[in-house]
Amino acid sequence: MKKSVLLSAGILVFLTSAFLSQPPAAIAASTEIVNVSYDPTREFYEQYNAVFRKYWKGKSGQDVHIVQSHGGSGKQARAVIEGNEADVVTLALAYDITAIEKAGLIKKGWQKTFPSNSAPYTSTMVFLVRKGNPKNLKSWGDLAKNGIGVITPNPKTSGAARWSYLAAWAWAHREYKGEEKAVLEYMGKLFRNVLVLDTGARGSTNTFVRNGQGDVLLAWENEAHLAIAERKNEFEIVTPEISILAEPPVAVVDAVVDKRGTRELASGYLEYLYSDEGQRIAGKNYYRPSDPKIAGEFAGVFDLKVQLVTIDDPLFGGWEKAQNVHFADGGVFDQIYAGK
Amino acid sequence: MSLKGNIWIPRLLTGTSVIFVLLTLVLPLAVVMAEALGSGLDLYMRAVTDTYTAKALHLTLAATAAAVVLNTFFGLAAAWVVTRFSFRGKGVLSTVVDVPFAVSPVIAGLVFILTFGRLSPLHPFLEACGIKIVFAWPGIILATVFVTFPFVARELIPVLEARGTDEEQAAALMGAGFFTIFRRVTFPHIRWALLYSVILCAARAMGEFGAVSVVSGHLRGKTNTLPLHVEILYNEYRFADAFAVASILAVAAIVILAARNVVEYAAHKEEETNVR
Repeated sequence: MKKSVLLSAGILVFLTSAFLSQPPAAIAASTEIVNVSYDPTREFYEQYNAVFRKYWKGKSGQDVHIVQSHGGSGKQARAVIEGNEADVVTLALAYDITAIEKAGLIKKGWQKTFPSNSAPYTSTMVFLVRKGNPKNLKSWGDLAKNGIGVITPNPKTSGAARWSYLAAWAWAHREYKGEEKAVLEYMGKLFRNVLVLDTGARGSTNTFVRNGQGDVLLAWENEAHLAIAERKNEFEIVTPEISILAEPPVAVVDAVVDKRGTRELASGYLEYLYSDEGQRIAGKNYYRPSDPKIAGEFAGVFDLKVQLVTIDDPLFGGWEKAQNVHFADGGVFDQIYAGK
Repeated sequence: MSLKGNIWIPRLLTGTSVIFVLLTLVLPLAVVMAEALGSGLDLYMRAVTDTYTAKALHLTLAATAAAVVLNTFFGLAAAWVVTRFSFRGKGVLSTVVDVPFAVSPVIAGLVFILTFGRLSPLHPFLEACGIKIVFAWPGIILATVFVTFPFVARELIPVLEARGTDEEQAAALMGAGFFTIFRRVTFPHIRWALLYSVILCAARAMGEFGAVSVVSGHLRGKTNTLPLHVEILYNEYRFADAFAVASILAVAAIVILAARNVVEYAAHKEEETNVR
């Protein structure tokens, strides 16, 4: 009796392990890198990957396969730290890549590896409003008025939301001549007008565009252009007179490429973002190319006159400081939002 | 006032349930199908036969198969032990079986990340063995098995309890071995309940989203299951594609429900002939 129990248990374990040892989604032998990115870059990297594959094939003869992963920037950085093995990260803000650096996966000084602070394209935050701008929203001040429904993702989880929060702050700081109490009051009113706080930029866009919530979406400039391309004649873009220069950076994840031996390919992948071809794809996807020559080709698309404040402005003092002051637990955002 | 004479109460109750089912089930299902086919059959076929969809389907089916095989084995073992033996900690075991029902799938996913992720104390050991669990397919399977764990045991325990142990004791006295008892005495009584629970388990495994979403890492073509793929397509403004892929899941659910009804009918019929 005992024998048969052991035997059948053995057979079951064998069958199960035989089944499990077959990777269900193995990809045919080719050189492969994983690009962990943030939400609104989906269309851009889909096009860029196709172009890069062709370029790399011509250069080295290798067939490359690029695996994409998209999500809220902070969440994606967290996943890489927890073991999601990305060869390259292309996230919404330097702070998230610095978090990966602190976990020991990326070497210090990564932001100097590629040109323009390792940001091959930049963007800014704009307002997406319904066609004809029925609530006449022109400036950051208009968004805090009574009865305006604002849609933005949660600054705790989304890069976009942190950028637009800081853009609003920069406007208020100028408007109220640096008087902190008035700035806080404005920010409080702004966030009391927020109807839905999604976790990522794409979730907010869907809330505004698809589900018809709110009067204004605080959106990435590229995200706003995409929404208009998707649904013509329903929306328009308002570029406020002051906004923030968002520099979404890229980096090679040293620990992963060294383990897999993909450093050359991963570096080549990010370098090619700065080529004329890479820059033009960025421009076509409504990212502002960091190369001024190519950016000039898109002068008709972007409002190049908008005053752009950077995160390194003394007002914010870099991501490290801005994160601690505004978005850390118990920080200014928590106080504003708790006051809701 | 007696219920018997009142014809309005049953009508009212039936009407309410029919409206409820229409609003929460039939209508959304119709919307999924309409949206999926709304942009034309060509687009539908392209979305359904897309490489990433095929890979996601493959992974979902593999995870479902693994959940069914492992949970059938563990569920049978747990139900058998809980109803046929008395030992210290039996109450605890019986409770632990239900944990996946009580714990939110998202929490379950996070727990797996903390246990098997890069920051876990186990990680250096796993790394040395070259085993990758979270952000890879084993994590998907683990999460799916976890959330579907109670189905088989929960279905079998009441059946085994109602039967009692008399027949098995008699068989043992007559010298039957463990396997003979299981095959000829226990199994015939529980086979319909077992099949029923396996079907439920498969249905739940195919649709699992929360726990899988946390451990997946969303690597397209690698750790993307069908429900996750639907979300990705939806987020990429490819609404028709998203609904087309969702319709695969809807059809699978209908097939599973049909199988469930067949099993119920067969079990019922057999019971009737036994009584006679």
